[in-house]
Parts: sequence; structure tokens; C-alpha cells
Amino acid sequence: MTIGLGHYLAIAAILFTLGILGIFLNRKNIIVILMSIELILLSVNINLVAFSTFLGDIVGQVFALLVLTVAAAEAAIGLAVLVVYFRNRGSIAVEDVNLMKG
Amino acid sequence: MILPALFFYLFAAVCVASAVMVIVSRNPVHSVLFLILAFVNAAGLFILMGAEFLGMMLIVVYVGAVAVLFLFVIMMLDVDFVELREGFIQYLPIGIVIGGIFLFELLLVVGAWVINPQVTKTITAAIPTNVTNTEALGLVLYTKYIHYFQLAGMVLLVAMIGAIVLTLRHKANVKRQNINVQNARTPEMAMAMRKVASGQGLQDADAAEWVK
Repeated sequence: MTIGLGHYLAIAAILFTLGILGIFLNRKNIIVILMSIELILLSVNINLVAFSTFLGDIVGQVFALLVLTVAAAEAAIGLAVLVVYFRNRGSIAVEDVNLMKG
Repeated sequence: MILPALFFYLFAAVCVASAVMVIVSRNPVHSVLFLILAFVNAAGLFILMGAEFLGMMLIVVYVGAVAVLFLFVIMMLDVDFVELREGFIQYLPIGIVIGGIFLFELLLVVGAWVINPQVTKTITAAIPTNVTNTEALGLVLYTKYIHYFQLAGMVLLVAMIGAIVLTLRHKANVKRQNINVQNARTPEMAMAMRKVASGQGLQDADAAEWVK
């Protein structure tokens, strides 16, 4: 009953799938879509850290730190764009976003 | 030996369950709170794997900053979230089918791989056994990967400036202090001496010059 690399990879795969499912199910709610993207990035981090510890190479944790940084930056920018969009249109419906083209 | 396995299954089960609740929850505030729960349990998994620094960082960055940012935006925007949930049932079957296929493929990959024996010879920076995880991470992060570290700082700086530029808004009716103009003001600009004849008052021409 030892917990190996495969267990962690399975958890990461499940979280990744849940993130994709969240993007599918909440197609109108961009806030939940952003949260699903955070879940996907979390599963990537779990993969990186799992390989890092089970192979004994610490570089994976350095990369996980960078993914963490990018995820935080992405959330900040995404929410700022969301706030500006809400100020302009009074709603955050994702279907209307294509009105901004051209 | 049984305790780590027990905690792994505990953390993993709560993490997956709260991830499910993030995407099916009716109220986005509940979604954010479940997201926090998922991240805390993922931090537990990280600590089980021996990456204590990243686990703590996950709690500090996600629970302390990102989740609070989400909460702040949800509470600031006056949105009818019931309306946004339309189509949830409609997309549920196709979403479950695609998610199921995707999960099946991923689990097949997870179940079938083997690690190439050559891989252990190409390890870039082995985890030292005599120092803590934080110290080991710092030993490579500030030496071998200093450029990545600085790049991460630049990414955060750009994100910060971008978020400020996007959301900053100057209201036209707000009067702001302009210190340069105030300091450059001389008595000649502020005052004008006028000889006013008795009983006539200030003439229109003088007043116009004064307004200038």
C-alpha cells in the first residue's frame, strides 16, 4: 500500500479533467472558467512536483514555482479585464465578447 | 507506513471532491471557497511528497492572494449569476462524454508508462539529503536558475502594471492636487493691483484680465 508516482499522476489527471469539464459546463460564467484554469494549472503543478520528488531532481520544483507565478499573473490580468468589460457592458456574458471584434 | 497512505487518500479525496464542487456549485462565492479547499488539500499532497516550500507557497499565493482576488471581483460585480448558469444541463451530457474520454486516455497513459532507466543519469540538480526542502530549492533557484527567477519577477511586475492600467479610471469631476503648478505659483500670478475710481467699482475690462 505504498503511494507511488502513479497515484499522484492519477490525481493530477482527474483534476485536469475536472478543469476541462468546468470550462465546458460553465460556458457563460467567465469567473468559473478562470477558476477551472486555476485547477488545470494546479494539476500541472502536481505533475511537476511528483516527478521532481520521485526522480530526485529539484528542478521540477523550480518550474512548479514559475507555473505558480504565471498562474497568479494570469488571474490578476484576467480579473482586471473582466472588471473593465463589466464596466463597459454591464454584464459578463461570454457570448457577447465577440462583439468587440473589428 | 500506513499513515502517509491514509493521508494521501484523505487529501486526494477532499481535493477531487472540492474540485467537483467548484465547477457544479450554484453560487460563485461557494465555488471560490471550494477552490480554496482544493488548494489547501493540494498543499497537503505537496507536503506529503516532500515539497514543503511549494506547499506553503501554494497556500500563501492561492489562498492569500488569488482566491481573495476572485472573491473581491465576484462581490464587486453586480451580476445575475442564475442567468449565467443557463445551458448547464444542456452541456452536461457532451461535457461528461468528452471529460470521460479525456480522463480515460490520461489514465491509460498514467497506467502504461515506464521511466527510461537513462533518465536518472541526466538529472540536472539532485535533491540534497542533508538540507531542508526550502534550502535545497534556494541553492538552485538563486544560482543556476537566477534568470528564471528574475523572469518570474518581471512577469509579476508586468501583471501588476497591466492590472493597474486596465482598471485605473480618472473621473472627470474629481479635483486633484497638482503640486508642480502650486509650487510654481508666484504672487504676480495670484494677485493683481487695480486703482478703482471712487464710486465706479471694477470695470469689465479689468475683470476679464483678472480671469485670465
